[in-house]
Amino acid sequence: MKGQSLKIYVVLYLVFLYAPIVLLPLFAFNSGTVIAFPLQGFTFGWFIEVFTTKALVEATRNSVFIAVSVAVLSTCLGLFAARAATRYDFPAKGGVVGFVMLPLVLPEIIVAVSLLVVLIQAGLSTGIWSVIAGHVLICTPFSIAILQGSFANMDKSLEEAAVDLGETPLSTFRLVTLPLVAPGIIASLLICFTISLDEFIIAFFLSGNEPTLPVYVWGLLRFPARVPVIMALGTLLVALSIILLITAEYFRRRGLRRTGKRDVGGFL
Amino acid sequence: MTKQEPIIRLENVHKYYGDYHALRGITAEIGQGEFFSLLGPSGCGKTTLLRAIAGFEDISSGAIMLGGKNMEGVAPNHRPTNMVFQSYAIFPHLNVEHNVAFGLRKSGMSAADKTCAVGQALEMVGLGGYGARAAHALSGGQRQRVALARALILKPKVLLLDEPLSALDKKMREVMQVELIKLQREVGITFILVTHDQEEALVMSDRIAVMFEGEIAQLDDPERLYRRPVSRRVGEFIGMMNFLEGSLEHSGGFSVDIAGLGRAEIAPEQVVGSGATGAVSIGLRPETLSILFDDDPKSARTAEGMVDEVVYYGDMTYYDLRLDGAARHVRISMRNVVGRPVLEVGARARVSWDPRAFTVFT
Ligand SMILES: Nc1ncnc2c1ncn2[C@@H]1O[C@H](COP(=O)(O)OP(=O)(O)OP(=O)(O)O)[C@@H](O)[C@H]1O
Ligand SMILES: [Mg+2]
Repeated sequence: MKGQSLKIYVVLYLVFLYAPIVLLPLFAFNSGTVIAFPLQGFTFGWFIEVFTTKALVEATRNSVFIAVSVAVLSTCLGLFAARAATRYDFPAKGGVVGFVMLPLVLPEIIVAVSLLVVLIQAGLSTGIWSVIAGHVLICTPFSIAILQGSFANMDKSLEEAAVDLGETPLSTFRLVTLPLVAPGIIASLLICFTISLDEFIIAFFLSGNEPTLPVYVWGLLRFPARVPVIMALGTLLVALSIILLITAEYFRRRGLRRTGKRDVGGFL
Repeated sequence: MTKQEPIIRLENVHKYYGDYHALRGITAEIGQGEFFSLLGPSGCGKTTLLRAIAGFEDISSGAIMLGGKNMEGVAPNHRPTNMVFQSYAIFPHLNVEHNVAFGLRKSGMSAADKTCAVGQALEMVGLGGYGARAAHALSGGQRQRVALARALILKPKVLLLDEPLSALDKKMREVMQVELIKLQREVGITFILVTHDQEEALVMSDRIAVMFEGEIAQLDDPERLYRRPVSRRVGEFIGMMNFLEGSLEHSGGFSVDIAGLGRAEIAPEQVVGSGATGAVSIGLRPETLSILFDDDPKSARTAEGMVDEVVYYGDMTYYDLRLDGAARHVRISMRNVVGRPVLEVGARARVSWDPRAFTVFT
């Protein structure tokens, strides 16, 4: 029964993947402070606490600010690099591109420690901006990888046609290139935002006294009574992720519809 | 072709890609309103030359003069040329109307004038009423027309077309060939067409530059190119050409002794190449020999041979005929006429020939 065993495999795989996530809301609405079955009563209390704990709100604000900045900065850098890599030939191109992509495989702990050393040596303080710098470093390669795909899929003669029809290179970029790589840009923004939002190691080393959400959550774990608050927070984040994913997919499909391309891949 | 100041003058244009010598001293003049074709096998540098004229490739040396002005350092958006790309490069995020109007953005025209101009341009290419169509909802032929309208709306001095018909099927290609010719006569703009299809070049062009390996091998009007190729290679590339061995003699005038046909006087302009006497090859087109049937009038020059192969085309039949005494067979094209049989493989046949139609390659 080959089909049967494959089905069992799929079920087990999904349970493994999603069981922990299903537990999140379960305990977030549970009135007991201990994370254990049997469940006690139903409560919204933990959610209220999420929004009323000042340090948590602060950490969330830091994280969102960092993630948005990182998404925008990395995507801009990625846009330039990906265009250069796909449209121009320059000496040692392979080497240069490889070098830019290197942080993709570099252990984050190494990046974090070396950045910290540099900052201390330079006598600079750590904080939000240093986390942004670190995150841009690790997010840019992702952005480049995504956008290189977009540029490679775009017929080079489209840009030439625009120039031929009287546009300057700059207005060509605005009128033709940007709209056509827009799906890639949105994907890059979302991915960089997500990576930055839940990145822990670099933030832990470089956030100083302006903790990000993951760093704050990690600190909370020392107080068992606060764990249900983390569950409530986690539930909110999962909901947010699902909304983001659906939005991204909506834009991707709309983009496909408008250019009449066939749907291959995608998130959903 | 009008005899005025040429609209384009190419002066000893060279182009290197690294070590690769892609254009090797291209010199040509292209007249106002001319339909000019660049014809050659793949990789000979046609696209490179076209892109150099458009301004997308810098040339290594030489000069490209457009309307009397040297184009060195002039960006493509400032040249009086427009291009129809091989892929058509229709902007996928814009509809037909916005595609065609794209080049008018900086023209300073009012919205109403633009709409009117776009309407006219679409009408001209036979796409009236297609303005709101999405770019992706167009067929190959329609894309091609949109690309044409988009380029022509700017009234360029020169329209550059890089293999514009190669993506179309045979029927559509023939339709578009005729339409392009009509369109070109209508607008009076100089067209430079890149193609590797010799038939297309012959049908459409006022003049053709045949290119091999970055050089122009011959620049002539279609008829001369076909009738009097300057080399065996050009002869083979343009249409079908048979080659027979022979020897050239010069005593007073030229005469050749052709294997399988016999001896004949030859005019000096039929001898191309170095002009050296001795062993030569004689080029003859398939229609310059004709098979004699019993009811044909007696002919002065005849030869005999055996039919090796018969290819029936409906209106025409091609015979591969091995002339007695010739090493290779020659291909002969005969119009099919009612009441005349199509010969069979192995049959004996008599042909008449006229040396005035031959070209002698020395
Ligand atoms: N960017 C480039 N870098 C290096 N070599 C190039 C480049 N573009 C073209 N070449 C070379 O120059 C030669 C001429 O190319 P070109 O594209 O002009 O050929 P073509 O005559 O248009 O051929 P085709 O009929 O295949 O389009 C080719 O050998 C090609 O490999
Ligand atoms: Mg080409």
